Amino acid sequence: MTQVAEAVERETQTRAVVKKFMYVNRKAPYGTIYALEGLEVALISAAFDQDVSLAFLDDGVYQLVKGQQTKGLEVKNFSPTYRALEGYDIEKLYVERESLAARGIREDQLLVPVQVVDAKEMAALMEQQDVIIGF
Amino acid sequence: MKVGLLINEGPYNHQAADTAYQFARAALAKGHHIQRVFFYNDGVNNASKLTAPPQDDRHIVNRWSKLAEENGIDLVVCVAAGLRRGLVEDNLAPGFRISGLGQLVEAGIESDRLVVFGD
Repeated sequence: MTQVAEAVERETQTRAVVKKFMYVNRKAPYGTIYALEGLEVALISAAFDQDVSLAFLDDGVYQLVKGQQTKGLEVKNFSPTYRALEGYDIEKLYVERESLAARGIREDQLLVPVQVVDAKEMAALMEQQDVIIGF
Repeated sequence: MKVGLLINEGPYNHQAADTAYQFARAALAKGHHIQRVFFYNDGVNNASKLTAPPQDDRHIVNRWSKLAEENGIDLVVCVAAGLRRGLVEDNLAPGFRISGLGQLVEAGIESDRLVVFGD
């Protein structure tokens, strides 16, 4: 590699900032638009080559429950989109154990593979982030 | 410090819209730099020039326009969230511009802190 090429590569590396982004989902998938528009942000951020993770707590755990039926509500069932996250290299999905337990939801009822963590572990994960955006 | 703001709630409906403005003003007064203000969810309504509150109330939209003009702040409205709510180029107040969600992610990357004002 020539000196010039080396210098260019070095500069490219310093400019390529990778931050840890966490999207915190706290609300039920329907009833408000937060879950849907929050998911749209997560998908866009994948295009920026950032270190993206999603956290689900409180009623946000309902977003990942299998078998969502929205016909009666006359809104689009967007839950299949969560399955597409893997294709965008978004593979870190954390679900709070206490939130699942409080709602009687088991891990095998979720539509994507997740990591179930307790509140304390979730707090530690949040501590590691550069950017946290909650919806 | 470089600060980015994300506003997710509508004007006159939620305290977040007011607090965001007050935070921006306080940050500027302390000598911080506002990298960008991004409007998302119902927050896009903070950019509508059609907003006409009663005379004796604060004008949330004009307040942003003034702050942007005086301090050269980049006010960005999400195009997709705006379209959903009927907010398009034609009814944007001065100082606002419409762009994509990438501008929010960029704010997260370029700012030292991204502060979220939402419910």
